[in-house]
Amino acid sequence: MPDHSPVALSTIGKKILMGATGLALVGFVIVHLAGNLLLLSPNPDHFNRYAHTLESMGALLYVAEAGLVFLFLAHIYSGITVYWCNRRARPQSYKKSGRAGGVSRKSSSSTSMIWTGLILFAFLIWHLWEFKYGAGVEQGYAVQLGSEVVRDLHRLVVESFQKEYVTLLYVLVMILLGFHLRHGFWSAFQSLGLYHPRYTGLIYGSGVVLAVLLAVGFLFIPVWIYFLGGG
Amino acid sequence: MAELLTLRLRVWRQESETAPGKLVDYHVDGISVDMSFLELLDVLNEQLIHKGDDPVEFDSDCREGICGTCGLVINGVAHGPLPGITCCQLHMRHFKDGDTITIEPWRSAAFPIIRDLVVDRDAFDRIIAAGGYVATNTGAAPDANALPIAKNDADLAMDASSCIGCGACVASCPNGSAALFVGAKISQYTFLPQGQPERRRRALRMVAQMDREGFGNCSNHAECEAVCPKDISISNIARMRREYLKASLLRE
Repeated sequence: MPDHSPVALSTIGKKILMGATGLALVGFVIVHLAGNLLLLSPNPDHFNRYAHTLESMGALLYVAEAGLVFLFLAHIYSGITVYWCNRRARPQSYKKSGRAGGVSRKSSSSTSMIWTGLILFAFLIWHLWEFKYGAGVEQGYAVQLGSEVVRDLHRLVVESFQKEYVTLLYVLVMILLGFHLRHGFWSAFQSLGLYHPRYTGLIYGSGVVLAVLLAVGFLFIPVWIYFLGGG
Repeated sequence: MAELLTLRLRVWRQESETAPGKLVDYHVDGISVDMSFLELLDVLNEQLIHKGDDPVEFDSDCREGICGTCGLVINGVAHGPLPGITCCQLHMRHFKDGDTITIEPWRSAAFPIIRDLVVDRDAFDRIIAAGGYVATNTGAAPDANALPIAKNDADLAMDASSCIGCGACVASCPNGSAALFVGAKISQYTFLPQGQPERRRRALRMVAQMDREGFGNCSNHAECEAVCPKDISISNIARMRREYLKASLLRE
């Protein structure tokens, strides 16, 4: 009898994969927000130059995108397989549900990770469709930047967020992102085996603060543009 | 005279592993506040036997909170509303006259229901048999103090080894995960010199058996620590993950 199945297929291996990819994605989301804050600049050139620089990275861009695709798919794969395994482990639920309280960290955000995660994934596809693969220079979204004509992504963003339903959807999904991160951040550390009586409380608290900052940061941009027209 | 309680009990009744179960309502009165929760079930069973009905099957043994045999989910919480105790140590003074109390068995695919509130916890024994031991030649008792162990390590090993294997961690986990049990049983040896020779093999085999038994994944809800009658910390789950990862990477 072999000692054990492949690490990646074990319950612990899947959670290590989920935690590691999750933390890497948190890193991505932080950088993404930092870049997006350029949308708050009164000069649209700032954001357009940033977007153009990213798009002109050539091979490096493809490597980065492949890395992101891997992170997202690995994170989603582990999330879905963990969810199904857990469903099988508790086929019959309790007639009366209760919460132990005390040291328990079970919360609305910890029990809804699969749902907030799947909504975020659906949102991600739409978000890429709307902006990354949306209207470009050919559709007239062009702007003169120095000596070259580049895509006017700023205008596309501003126009999108003039629509109520787009702004509303972004706000709702970003609140869900906050919920996902509130449990996800500290949980990733725990899944990687990084528990320490002195630091775990701090990591949990940092996760809550990070979740609020990222959610508010991301939803502030569409709301700001909606009310001020990007001006 | 001591206060007496009248209660409505909703108890899970199930004939066998495969039969469908359901909650059945019972009315009990004259319950002393000094009774333990298991004594409440004893009173209910006396009533049922007098009426010629089948008594409610439930597990119990020491009735002093140290054996891990009893296990009931009381109003949705394993071992009832108080932290750090088994349900034999839960007393009726923590309930109010007129309360409705729902009593269910541990629910987990790995713990099939045998009858009513009794579940089969052999899965835990098979995990222990897979590596939760120290293979040692017994002989004359070794000299005391021949193997010095630092106080802090001894304390942590003792904390982990206080697990009584009741299964409340599995019952309370939304995912039916046995991570706290296995974490404690792996951790207790990591601090002690006797646990070192089989350290890697133990982590790999116990985790593999845990997965084979059909327990779920730990999602770090920490609900297990909150219901654990021995207050075992989820730091033991993190330690199990480190042990497992190290053993996986370093195995020959």
